[in-house]
Amino acid sequence: MNKVVHLHPMDDFKARSKAVLDNAGQRKNFRGAMDFLQAKRRAQFPDQDEMQGLRELGASIRRYSLAHLPRLLEQLEANLTANGVQVHWAQNGPEANAIALKIAQRVDAKRIIKGKSMVSEEVGFNHFMEAAGIEAFESDMGEYIVQLAGEAPSHIIMPAIHKTKQEIAQLFAEEIPGVAYTEDVDALIQIGRRVLRRKFAEADIGLSGVNFTVAETGTLCLVENEGNGRMCTTVPKVHIAITGIEKVVEKLEHVPPLLSLLTRSATGQAVTTYVNMISGPRRPDEKDGPQEVHLILLDNGRTQAYADDELRATLQCIRCGACMNHCPVYARIGGHAYGTTYPGPIGSIISPHMLGLDTTFPLAFASTLCGACSEVCPVKIPITDILVRLRNEAQARPETEEATLRGSGAARTLAASTAWGMWAQVYSKSGLYKLASWFMSRGRALSPSEQGAWTRSRTPLVPASKRLRDLMKDHKS
Amino acid sequence: MSAREEILNRLRKTHVAEQQAMPDVAGWFGAHRRSEDRVQRCARLRAALEAVHTEIHDVTHDNWSSVLLQVAVGKGLRQILIGAGTPHGAQLQACQTKALQLIPYEQPIDTWQDLLFDGVDASLTLARGAVAETGSLILWPTPSEPRLMSLVPSIHFVLLDEDTIHEDFYAAMTAESWSEGMPTNALLICGPSKTADIQQTLAYGAHGPKELVVLLRHADGRQA
Repeated sequence: MNKVVHLHPMDDFKARSKAVLDNAGQRKNFRGAMDFLQAKRRAQFPDQDEMQGLRELGASIRRYSLAHLPRLLEQLEANLTANGVQVHWAQNGPEANAIALKIAQRVDAKRIIKGKSMVSEEVGFNHFMEAAGIEAFESDMGEYIVQLAGEAPSHIIMPAIHKTKQEIAQLFAEEIPGVAYTEDVDALIQIGRRVLRRKFAEADIGLSGVNFTVAETGTLCLVENEGNGRMCTTVPKVHIAITGIEKVVEKLEHVPPLLSLLTRSATGQAVTTYVNMISGPRRPDEKDGPQEVHLILLDNGRTQAYADDELRATLQCIRCGACMNHCPVYARIGGHAYGTTYPGPIGSIISPHMLGLDTTFPLAFASTLCGACSEVCPVKIPITDILVRLRNEAQARPETEEATLRGSGAARTLAASTAWGMWAQVYSKSGLYKLASWFMSRGRALSPSEQGAWTRSRTPLVPASKRLRDLMKDHKS
Repeated sequence: MSAREEILNRLRKTHVAEQQAMPDVAGWFGAHRRSEDRVQRCARLRAALEAVHTEIHDVTHDNWSSVLLQVAVGKGLRQILIGAGTPHGAQLQACQTKALQLIPYEQPIDTWQDLLFDGVDASLTLARGAVAETGSLILWPTPSEPRLMSLVPSIHFVLLDEDTIHEDFYAAMTAESWSEGMPTNALLICGPSKTADIQQTLAYGAHGPKELVVLLRHADGRQA
């Protein structure tokens, strides 16, 4: 059902964006949801000094963790292993899926119940498992709705944010046997609860994501409100957690500040209903909990970002979604238009490492660079600076510049590079500038009336009849 | 080369100059400590829990079991799952009424999972402590009070001693030296399970308990 949607030509992104912009209902959904989430976050940070101090602390914890990443990953692995958790490493999506499939085949699993995991979306987990004849069922209410509709999440925290309750009521009535149409949200949730309780009890494997991994104790931290995450990690005999290599922190004491930043920034909650810290499978004297716990550590392009001193900050992300909630572009086009697993500003800066800049560079240009994302980011990722960097990378001359990014130079065209080359010449040589501006002011009548996207909603640009230097001359004389 | 080696080698190739020093977490929490007394912490915990639909009853060591039974009967409950061999479980058994069946969690879940999912109304567990700042109850499931007790039954009763309430999460984990040894599962629980996944409308009773009832146990002679 859920395919990983890979972004291809820029035209697709533009077409999808236009389709949403033309859909008044969807725009209203997104705008309403974004206003709601912004207000909730604002209410959680009444004290500006406290917020800035905590952001600084959160950023320093994430930067410290990245600075020591290889050591922390080894420490995490050693401590998890000592706790009885099996650790696996995957360089890309197919490797991660193959690891999970091997576990599933060994325990003869037919059904996998899933807690919320964006990394599993990133690797196309559900689609892969279904092709292998194993059911992968989403249990987060929003993810369940989206899967039932055969769609992908449109927001990393609120997957079904693009749907109204009327649409969900219709979906449930059509897709769930014996369910009558109701728009009552409590009733809809109880329907989902009933369906999914059976799924938890029947599942052979529970799959989850991870919010933080703690190296010193060998602990997986999961944050949620619904209890489905706890179900997935507690009821089935096997629990597989999948996460990016960047999610590790060294000390348990690093969790409280990040946890506070995460829940307040994401959904405007002081804390979620559940903070679930898992440090091992069921012990011989325990009566429940999974008998096996596995952790799959995924690279999938993260090491590419890591290698660059500026782009490494991308990996500080704790996936709160605040950048998308405050993005004027995301608020208007929604998550699906991006065509990538991670939408919004963070998606635009992380996706190039996963999919290549050649297929994702249009996203870096889909920003007003207003800076709202960088301002709200709880771990102070300079998102706009990175967007500009990616724009430059997309225009880079591949053969001369150091190829730090897969697919760099993809946006470079002969016309644009020639035009900018000439512009650079004119603006760096005063004689040439004088001559060029003389011709421009005299030849203004030749300015085209159609100037592409500019004149679609604006009057044409026409050079001034007198240059600044001529005006100065007149003024003096 | 294995995927592990490939990934670690790629990471090791990069020398990161920035932020080599350990962040000062203790300094931050030290500077933002409220230094509240027991009563203030209780009040803050109560406000945070009540804001997320949690029912709180003030009890003492002598009356908590009768209060619990009264509340349970009032809710029309038929069964309560209790930990096997716990002192509070025994105390509850000592004063049980006929209307209510107390089921001790004695066998591994594999033998009676269907009954737990379909035939148990409520459960009682002891909290290890709580976090006043966020209204979170700290539970460390044990062999006698396993993980699913606080998750599957629709109504979850939690017995919390007021002396175990910490100011914030950091204070709780440092005072109790969590980093020296974590249990297989440690939980912070704030309210009954909930979701706002349908049009941002908050609904309680998502996948876990529909109701959370806290019995806040005060030391003898102290008032709420």
